[in-house]
Amino acid sequence: MINDKFYRRRFVISGIAIVVVTVYIIRLFYLQIIDQSTKDQADNNALVKQTIYPSRGLIYDRNGELLVFNQPIYEITMTMREMGKEWDTTGFCKCLKISRAEFDERIAEIKDRKKNRGYSTWTPQIFMSQLKKEDIATLQESQFLYPGIQIQKRTLRDYTYKAAAHVLGSVGEVNQNDIDRDSYYARGDYSGRDGLERTYERQLRGEKGVEVLMRDSRGRMQGSYQDGALDKKAKAGTDLQTTIDIQLQLLAEELLAGKIGSAVAIEPKTGEILALASNPGWNPKVLVGKERSKNYSMLLKDPTKPLMNRATQATYPPGSTFKTIQALVCLEQGAITENTLYPCSGPQSTPIKCTHHHGSPVALDKAIEQSCNPYFWCAFRDLMQKDGYGKDNEDFRKRYELWREAVLEFGLGQRFQDTDLSEQSSGSIPTTKQYDRAYGKTGWKAITVRSLSIGQGEILTTPLQLANQAALIANEGYYITPHLNKNDSMLTHRHDVHIQKRYFEAVKDGMHRVMKYGTGRWYPIEDIEQAGKTGTAQNPHGKDHAIFIGFAPVEDPQIAVAVVVENAGFGATWACPVASMMMEQYLTGSVKRKDLKKKITTAVLNESVKKW
Amino acid sequence: MRASRSGNIWQNVDWITIGMFLALAVFGWINIYGASYTFDQTSIFDFSNRAGKQFVWILGSLALGTILLLIDYKTYDVLTYIAYGAMLLLLLATPFLAHDIKGSMSWISLGPVSLQPAEFAKCIVALAIAKYMGRYDYKVRSWRDLIVPFAIIGVPALIIMVLQKETGSALVFASFLLVFYRQGMSGYVLWVGVAAVALFIISIRFGAVALPLGTGSVGILTCMLLLTVIEIFFICKEHKMRWQALILIGSVILVYGLAMLVNIWVAVPFNWVAMGVVLALVVYSVVISIYWRKYQLLIVAAFSVFCIGYTHACDFVFQKVLQPHQRIRIEVLLGMKEDPSGAGYNVNQARIAIGSGRFFGKGYLNGTQTKLQFVPEQDTDFIFCTVGEEWGFVGSIGVLLVYLLFILRLIMIAERQRNTATCIYAYAVAGIFLFHLTINVGMVLGLLPVIGIPLPFFSYGGSSLWGFTLLLFILLRLDAARMEQLN
Repeated sequence: MINDKFYRRRFVISGIAIVVVTVYIIRLFYLQIIDQSTKDQADNNALVKQTIYPSRGLIYDRNGELLVFNQPIYEITMTMREMGKEWDTTGFCKCLKISRAEFDERIAEIKDRKKNRGYSTWTPQIFMSQLKKEDIATLQESQFLYPGIQIQKRTLRDYTYKAAAHVLGSVGEVNQNDIDRDSYYARGDYSGRDGLERTYERQLRGEKGVEVLMRDSRGRMQGSYQDGALDKKAKAGTDLQTTIDIQLQLLAEELLAGKIGSAVAIEPKTGEILALASNPGWNPKVLVGKERSKNYSMLLKDPTKPLMNRATQATYPPGSTFKTIQALVCLEQGAITENTLYPCSGPQSTPIKCTHHHGSPVALDKAIEQSCNPYFWCAFRDLMQKDGYGKDNEDFRKRYELWREAVLEFGLGQRFQDTDLSEQSSGSIPTTKQYDRAYGKTGWKAITVRSLSIGQGEILTTPLQLANQAALIANEGYYITPHLNKNDSMLTHRHDVHIQKRYFEAVKDGMHRVMKYGTGRWYPIEDIEQAGKTGTAQNPHGKDHAIFIGFAPVEDPQIAVAVVVENAGFGATWACPVASMMMEQYLTGSVKRKDLKKKITTAVLNESVKKW
Repeated sequence: MRASRSGNIWQNVDWITIGMFLALAVFGWINIYGASYTFDQTSIFDFSNRAGKQFVWILGSLALGTILLLIDYKTYDVLTYIAYGAMLLLLLATPFLAHDIKGSMSWISLGPVSLQPAEFAKCIVALAIAKYMGRYDYKVRSWRDLIVPFAIIGVPALIIMVLQKETGSALVFASFLLVFYRQGMSGYVLWVGVAAVALFIISIRFGAVALPLGTGSVGILTCMLLLTVIEIFFICKEHKMRWQALILIGSVILVYGLAMLVNIWVAVPFNWVAMGVVLALVVYSVVISIYWRKYQLLIVAAFSVFCIGYTHACDFVFQKVLQPHQRIRIEVLLGMKEDPSGAGYNVNQARIAIGSGRFFGKGYLNGTQTKLQFVPEQDTDFIFCTVGEEWGFVGSIGVLLVYLLFILRLIMIAERQRNTATCIYAYAVAGIFLFHLTINVGMVLGLLPVIGIPLPFFSYGGSSLWGFTLLLFILLRLDAARMEQLN
């Protein structure tokens, strides 16, 4: 309208429109260009990263027998929105054999947003987990009666044999520590907690996959994001073959029944651990699934400490088995020769009496055969006093240090560093410092540490170290670090001792005689020559520990064994037969000495040992 | 005379406007498909989804537009008052025929589809206003001349607000103020409106905030200071004397200075001091207006007194008159309450949707907020979110600019009329579109409280689309008649 009085007001009205649109464009500029927060908020709204769990690697024994595998377990989820008003709670409880009160309690837990942050009535919530096939069987048949209920499958560990629990270890939920240390883990993940499961966690666990899903405003999943461009497939864990011979392991555990003790077998040429038994142990199946934490705390409370792997963690004085090392060191360091003779007065001998009756004087072969204490005391004394005591005891202390270093080369007094055994004790070979502290630098002489000559006193060794020592003697001068992974050749992990081969021949001969004429003569194996050394270790905790180390066949050793039976008495009576049968089993595939086997298996030496 | 004057409607009709209308409607339709897109989505033409229905509504709207253009322009004039009467009856009857949809009683079911009569009321009211104010003898000279026009818009607005509980649709009638302004209503009325909104917001937002010194609230004091400034401005404007302004400002500052001095010993109720200052200025302006016979100042004085009361009544209105859901929308908007899962949910999700679109958008059908239905009402009132998320800043300002050009074009059409009634009608149409755009987009952008009114041509819905079509194509028909009227 031209020529009217208010003609110019059209500019005001147009101006209002322009101002409004301008303000909105500024606002859009702020929201879409300046404010950076909304992109993440949109992603948080819409994207859900769903983890795809890989199947864990299986574990086989050295002959390819399956030891550890995965069993399906089930979890029941419910989507509240789909359940409806007429839902038959009573029937549902009956199917699962739970009470109404338990049901209500669980529902309250699910709905508590403080505990269950991701709660939504639209998404499936875990109602019960880690159920066995039989637990859900009834529900599965009548699932259609309960809308909103889903049964989902996951996997748990399962075991072919009720054996080797310490070796295999177990799988459990990760704790905060694990999550902080390794970003791979998230709350609720499982990882190997001990044993091989822990050592080879990275190999066995595989790699989790991820699926990026879109979730709508009601929490319902709406398919994959960008057609799965950001998804990652799960990579199954790699299987593991252990060095364990499961038949040998089973036998060892059977023989140790009713006793506290352990048995370790090693293939000398390779360092492969053939058996690693510790009793009491447990059936590995009890530490699986929803029973795990309950059973674990019961095992923890057991006074016989079944969770402790005695084969690698318990330490004992080696007793007479140490005489083999003593002989080797004394020979190498020039205190004796193979022909050196020492007198023995039997039980009247001083300062250490002899526990056996034999002729006198004795040479090395006979001394080992008869486990003559005076012989080894004299040899040790002569070695210690070889250079005299010197000024301020210096020369003696130096000699002691040389002796100690030689002993350490046998793998004693320290953990095996380059191995896959996770739980180990170091044992102990006493240092000069220890004695200096106890007696003063000049206060101790050979006579002070005389117990060392026969493997008593301050020396402590683990059964694993003893077995390794047997393997070293069998190998005549070296050992391969004992280990459990069959696929990983450890031949480069060879440790040589600086002792001449001929001395080993002498000691081996002595050990052979032990099994032929000496303390081990009661346990021959048909057509197989064994070598060994028994030990009876005094200890402050009660009856002597029965100890044995040995290997067979003598001419080409295939297996080296160490056995310790706590508070059993003579090594010849309780440890030697166990080892001998293990060698027979490994070398011939079975134990022909049925009566002996039955006698040892059924003997209960400790009433409180439980079968888990 | 040009050959076209007598003739063909297709040559006289404003194709530019039709082009913009079509562009908006089609782009809106595309976005409705995006907003209602789910994972097992059917075709954009499938009548079982909203985009498919909207396609049918658009076809219907084109048919309706064609018919409207073919009708003789005089028919509209003849039918106006009859239609107005019929409309009032329909609006009155609606609450009884309607079924409750989210508390609103404005939808009538006709078989498979529902109609919202309020959407068509705008057009008829606009025609009625145009007819009444477009008479030869009508001029806005005083307030009395505006009584009837206010009644014409007020009656349907009240019915829609009170009986149908559709506050949003009723508020649209406020856009007719622009028409009245264009026809001569005092510009101060608009300012009074702006002032009323400002005072309301200030007194609600800061009403409960205590002053740092003395007693009283920040909200009331700010309102009073605002009134003081307005008073002084008008007194000085009437007198055209600089020195008087200085004296007035000086005295006001003096009073406040004294109050602060006293405050050292006694807590001064600054609200009352400020109110006293305003009242003193009111008395002063009344005296001088009588003395100088400048009665305009009386209006300003009355306004001030009214505002003092209004400021104090705001809180009452806010707490007692407004519905709880309206109150909480305002509180969230003013940042007085954080409520991202409740009343603030829509607004917050809309902000996330638009913001995450960034410069170029996530691409059509790729908006996660949109596709996963995080923004409720996204294909109707919150459709602009979809534009923001999937087409980004570029798409958003594109749409806003088309709307701006569209409204400016309507104003241009209004101004080229020789017939006052058509001009008024055109302004009414422009005002209604501007109002819808402002309220809807302002709401989506979190600048205005949530008021459920559609974005013209964009939002899903047959009633609103056909209502706007009616509004627009009647205007285009009347505009095309410009030439014929010359005869």
